[in-house]
Amino acid sequence: MGASGAGKSTLLALLAGLDEPTTGSIRLAGSELTTLDEDGRAAVRARHVGFVFQSFHLLPSLTALENVMLPLELAGRGDARKTALEVLGRVGLGGRVGHYPRQLSGGEQQRVAIARAFVTEPDVLFADEPTGNLDAATGERIMDLLFGLNTAVGATLVLVTHDRTLASRCGRIIRLDAGRIVEG
Amino acid sequence: MTVAALRFAWRNLLRDLKSGEIAVLLLALLVAVASLTAVGFFTSRVGRAVNQQAGEVLAADLRLESARPIDAVYDREASRRGLRVARVLSMPSVVFHGEESTLVALRAASEGYPLRGRLKIADQPFGPGRATDGIPGPGEAWADSRLLARLGAAVGTRLAVGAHEVVVTRVLDYRPDQGAGFGDLSATLLINIDDVPATQLIQPGSRVNRAVLFAGDPGAVSDFREYLEAHRKQGERLQAVADASPQIRASSDRAGRFLSLASLVSVLLSSIAVAMAARRYASRHLDNVALMKCMGASQGFVLQQTIAQLVAVAVIVTLAGTAIGYVAQSGIAWLLRDLIRGDLPAPAADAFWLGLVTAVVILVGFALPPLLQLKRVPPARVLRRNLEPPPLRFALVYGLAIGAVLALLYWLVRDARLVSYVAAGIGGTFVVLALAGWLLVRLLNPLRSGVGVAWRYGLANIARRGRDSVVQIVAFGLGFMVLLLLALVRDDLLKEWRASLPADAPNYFMINIRPDEGDAIRTFFAGRGLPPTELVPLVRARLTAINGVPVDRIAFSSSRAAGFIEREANLTWARTLRDDNRLLAGRWWRDGDGGGARVSVEKEYAETLGLELGDTVTYDVAGEEVSARVTSLRDVRWDSFQPNFFMVFSPGVLDDVTGTLITSVHVEAGQRPALVDLVRQFPEVTIIDIDALLTQVRDVMDKAALAVQYVFLFTLAAGLMVLLAAVQATRDERRYESAMLRTLGASRSVVFKGVAAEFAALGLLAGLLASAGATVAGFFLAREIFNLTYAPDPTVWIVGIGGGALLVGAAGLLAARSVVTQPPVATLRQTQ
Repeated sequence: MGASGAGKSTLLALLAGLDEPTTGSIRLAGSELTTLDEDGRAAVRARHVGFVFQSFHLLPSLTALENVMLPLELAGRGDARKTALEVLGRVGLGGRVGHYPRQLSGGEQQRVAIARAFVTEPDVLFADEPTGNLDAATGERIMDLLFGLNTAVGATLVLVTHDRTLASRCGRIIRLDAGRIVEG
Repeated sequence: MTVAALRFAWRNLLRDLKSGEIAVLLLALLVAVASLTAVGFFTSRVGRAVNQQAGEVLAADLRLESARPIDAVYDREASRRGLRVARVLSMPSVVFHGEESTLVALRAASEGYPLRGRLKIADQPFGPGRATDGIPGPGEAWADSRLLARLGAAVGTRLAVGAHEVVVTRVLDYRPDQGAGFGDLSATLLINIDDVPATQLIQPGSRVNRAVLFAGDPGAVSDFREYLEAHRKQGERLQAVADASPQIRASSDRAGRFLSLASLVSVLLSSIAVAMAARRYASRHLDNVALMKCMGASQGFVLQQTIAQLVAVAVIVTLAGTAIGYVAQSGIAWLLRDLIRGDLPAPAADAFWLGLVTAVVILVGFALPPLLQLKRVPPARVLRRNLEPPPLRFALVYGLAIGAVLALLYWLVRDARLVSYVAAGIGGTFVVLALAGWLLVRLLNPLRSGVGVAWRYGLANIARRGRDSVVQIVAFGLGFMVLLLLALVRDDLLKEWRASLPADAPNYFMINIRPDEGDAIRTFFAGRGLPPTELVPLVRARLTAINGVPVDRIAFSSSRAAGFIEREANLTWARTLRDDNRLLAGRWWRDGDGGGARVSVEKEYAETLGLELGDTVTYDVAGEEVSARVTSLRDVRWDSFQPNFFMVFSPGVLDDVTGTLITSVHVEAGQRPALVDLVRQFPEVTIIDIDALLTQVRDVMDKAALAVQYVFLFTLAAGLMVLLAAVQATRDERRYESAMLRTLGASRSVVFKGVAAEFAALGLLAGLLASAGATVAGFFLAREIFNLTYAPDPTVWIVGIGGGALLVGAAGLLAARSVVTQPPVATLRQTQ
């Protein structure tokens, strides 16, 4: 948790190996990220990590199904279509798999993003303000889905938020201020 | 390359195709490939025709040619050696059908002609041809379809040839020695050589070309060639197949190169469109790639799948583009059908490789650099949108593009010097046009304060997207300019030139007049009310030496000079300088000045042969050597249509030589029957209708111009691709702006008008540039080439500017329509 500019997204980027720290070291799923080059870090992400973003980051030119298939295709999995359809069914979008992101509501788009994050059954799931762009009621349903799936898959969820109720559902809270950990 | 990357690339490509993301890139590439392969297929057909016919281009293995009668001793010697022999005689002449007359290339052949290749005949003009082994019998003639059409004659018609009459029994479709590729202007009339005496066309000094043809097995032919080399007389020229075909090949290669260069303009413009589309594609995909990397895709994977996609695009476009090019080439062949003698064989597959090379070169040179950026997108961009990949090195982007263009240029012309000229020419033109375009865009700004909101919005857009606007203006301007130049300015120049001729300028040349008939001709003219005429002597001779050095030991730089040496020259002599000649250097002679044998040379002829004042030229005139000193250089107004000559000798030098007389005369339409009587009375006189000749020349120019215009239609298509790419590149921006404008209260029609105004103004500027360019080119051509004063034609400006505004306005509106029609709420919600 933390106010805007506290360094939440930077920390997330470092934890996921999207960025490199100037000093110190980061271990993720048994790999020392700071000793790896960009492609090495990408390989770690491919094996262990899932993402959910505030602005969903769906590819506008791909359908819901194609968006969910993407990480499986990147991993070279042959059953991409079947697995993606199954996960989309679990997030309640079984009837809208052929729709493009622009044809979906905000909540539906985030559900596609969640399906995409879980489809590879990651060990760690990073979520950056996943309800930031949603109204309260939709946000709540999305969080139920996220926590539910997380429990089912058994992943570690790293959640960035400034919503206290949301934070209270987590096992551990780290509070940031001006780039420093002030609590947790 | 991993299988995963390949599969991923393929799926990605299919998705991009479906969503239209790479439509413009594909289309632009398609235009480039289609334009080059269309020309490539066509030139390959002409090239194959040339190669196929190269073996029969002489209608023999050896051909001995002379302007004078050839001794029958050669025929006997050849027969003795087991070679086949035939004789051919050709000369320009006039044939009559009632009162209709036309100039023909009269050919008379003996039994056995052609010795190599076969004649093709048809029963009806332009009917299907079939091969034959015969020749016309005595009293018969085979006529070219064009000849029959010109005379309004048909098979069965009787034609007057000199003093003789022949019946057209067949249509002559093809003869092996007509020359492959682009043929000559006159239509052929083929008769039996035994009919020649009856025509009375051959008189001492007549312009007749005689040839003996020989063919047989290679050993005998090569032995006989040595015999002929040793025994042939002065003025007898020996040709073997190996000597003749390179010339023909060279002329068809030149035409092919010219068309290829014309199509290269479309390729350049398409490449710009490809670069714009690739840039847009890359920037649209920055987020996607960042996300892919976030999900674990490596740099190598991104690079591999990018390259795999490019390869797939190259293959798809090559297949589709060459297919379009194949269809389009038949258009060029159809437009040039009358200029191409004989049937064109089917095109070779080489043009497919040309298509592939074009696609690959453009993709590597123009699309690869922006796509390489994708590899270097930082994955943290998923969290912070402002993270961009490091910029590409300037040298890499432009170096690749310029290298690609030069490589393609070299592949097309295979001549490093020509490549450097053309590259400089293209570069210069682009720079000038781009500067002019930039200036025009700048000039628009002050206009904005004086127009309504829609126009202001449109004009503001042009200025804001300055660089893209200039590219579009140049792209369309170039295409329009060439079309205006070929369609309108060319026509104006011809009209101006015609108007500059006096109304009583001669419209008929008469050649082959026997010297002893000069007085009879004068009397005939006076009796039929024709203007009094000046009969000028004409002597045929061959240049043998300059300053005592034989011409075959002089290295002439130009092929034109070689042609002058090759052909027999027309010489004359005169006491006084004609009104349409102007002395540039040296002095004219006076009677009895005792200066000896002198000659006055036309300026350009002197330059071509490298002749200067004081040089001595030696001619072989009917076996006699005649030498004279160059004492003056002249400028000649050829379009006075008076008998004029490159070489005018002083009186006395050519007195003893038998030549002919030549004259030109203005004949009113009502006096034309007199010409029919003239030919009946003086059958050896050949009448050349200048009007008909000019019409023929014009006809050829029209067709060649049409073919070039056709190739430049691809340039307009390429311009359209640049426009599409530009619209696509600004689509998101436009969508957002249009939503903002409408949120602020602008009606849909105002936004629509703004877009229309923007593109109409762009088209207007392109038209302005094109009209100005075409007019300047017209001025230049008129002054430097035709010596005319060119009055600018308002039609050029009206058509250029109006057409430009209309075409570009409509195309732009169509392309940008969807952006405007989208409801603003949807747009604003998306861009949040």
